[in-house]
Amino acid sequence: MKDIIDHLKKRFPVYEIGEGPNGVIFMSVEAAKLVPMLTSLKANHGYGILVILSAVDWLEEYKFQLTYIVNNPEEKSDLGIRVFIKREDATMDSVHRLWEHAATFQREIKEMFGINFPGSPRVDEPFLLEGWDNLPPMRRDFDTKQYSEDTYFPRPGRETNDPAEYMKQKLYPDE
Amino acid sequence: MSNMNYSWKNNRSMFPEADETGKLVVDLDSQKYIKVWQGPNHPGVTGNMSLELTISGDEVVEAQTHVGYLHRGFEKLFERRRYMQCFPTCIRMCVPEPDTNEYNLARGTELLGGIEVPEMANWLRMIALEMARLQVLLRMVPGQAGTMGLGLPAQWGLYYRELILDRFEELTGGRIYHMYILPGGVRGLLPDGFKKRLEENLVKIESFMKDVDRVIYANAVFKKRTKGIGVIPEAWIDPYGATGPVARAAGFERDVRKDYPYLYYNQLDFGVNVEHESDVFARFRVRRKDVDTTIDLLRQIMSKMPEKGDIKAETPNVLHWKIPRGETLVRCESSRGEYIFYMVADGSMYPRRINMRGPSYSHAVVLLEKLLINANISDVSPIMVSLATCPPEIER
Repeated sequence: MKDIIDHLKKRFPVYEIGEGPNGVIFMSVEAAKLVPMLTSLKANHGYGILVILSAVDWLEEYKFQLTYIVNNPEEKSDLGIRVFIKREDATMDSVHRLWEHAATFQREIKEMFGINFPGSPRVDEPFLLEGWDNLPPMRRDFDTKQYSEDTYFPRPGRETNDPAEYMKQKLYPDE
Repeated sequence: MSNMNYSWKNNRSMFPEADETGKLVVDLDSQKYIKVWQGPNHPGVTGNMSLELTISGDEVVEAQTHVGYLHRGFEKLFERRRYMQCFPTCIRMCVPEPDTNEYNLARGTELLGGIEVPEMANWLRMIALEMARLQVLLRMVPGQAGTMGLGLPAQWGLYYRELILDRFEELTGGRIYHMYILPGGVRGLLPDGFKKRLEENLVKIESFMKDVDRVIYANAVFKKRTKGIGVIPEAWIDPYGATGPVARAAGFERDVRKDYPYLYYNQLDFGVNVEHESDVFARFRVRRKDVDTTIDLLRQIMSKMPEKGDIKAETPNVLHWKIPRGETLVRCESSRGEYIFYMVADGSMYPRRINMRGPSYSHAVVLLEKLLINANISDVSPIMVSLATCPPEIER
């Protein structure tokens, strides 16, 4: 594992290398170098499985984090690679040519976080949300409460009553 | 028609033309093709998901998975809930097997919060996880025959699954959702006489599996319908993210319990069930063998676990528990494959991000879409069920 990290350090601008609580090594890399790095890990170091591709919204720091966790089934080791991209005009290179199922992750992230992956298959088609015209819902500045109040409540024909008052009126309307 | 016709063909001259983006242009007016929607309500579809099939005659030329009928926004809800409050939500991600979600979330919280779990609690977690695996397999193994009209064994299987659910009710108070595994340990010890009653159930289930062998395994119709159908080439397993029984049926000896041992699985003696044909029948055989392995594991756990011990470590007040900034990956083996949680903590009482990835996320979207091409329309359901599709995992 140390050899691979030394090798990566030499070839790619990696930083923030650290070990997670259960031994998975996480590191950050510049966005432009991500695809060459993953290609090299897949071709030369046996990291042939994309375990997860996930996005995290760091709203306070005005950036998105994309985490690619790759797995080497022979060595039984995982490597987490973080990429930070700006929140405005969020775009990232697609990795669907390395792993076919990355297209699903990318399509979901496009819809939920608004991070675009140009060239990824069916990336512009809606995945879960049909006819969504609001802010991408997994962004932290998307106000879920406001959205549900605007969209669902109060519905026409629904009213809220105080139970005690309501029963009193029902049972003793004349009093 | 020989079975060979059902596997992936490289010659696509009989198919509709593709445009520059690779999407097929289907001219429905040409009367060569028909669009069929299988789902979201269809007896052959597991859960709320639909397959948009373009068929020519009775052969599928294009398939697209459509999800979103069950989207409950779990991952968004987690951002506004404390770690403890995430439990009732996360278990609802997969109805048949909620315990893997419980375990992953509890384990991730413990790793990030630096909590050591007592020994007894880990053994009890293994009992819960293996019982969950057994009850899913009891639905899934005879259920595979249900997709081709042999519905009766599937109904029998439900009775035997109920026996395990009775044990769950006894252990946890709930039949379907248990919330037994919590950060720091588990909620309770085994009740008196639990092991004896579970052993009685296991004996009954073993005798039932002999019936399953007779009516399904040795059934000529079942074999004819499943052999050579839905073949996944070895080269597809990694790029398409196939895990669990799907990968094992293609000859890959992969099991999270063996490869990345968690709890005390490294103290148990079990093998990885592998087949090589990689068709629907091979996947059925892997799951059928998994039933025996699981029963054996449950017996080993019951004989090896201590009688008494601490079941819960000291944790901070769970409603005011600030977890330091960090990230982790947790995985465990569910009955359907590798179950993964990626958790990011930001030092507050709320998780920054919990991303869950079940096996269906890859199996039922890219892999299924590719696998259905050239399949006969009557084989769509068997192929889909053989991949153990659980739509809520895709849409969380």
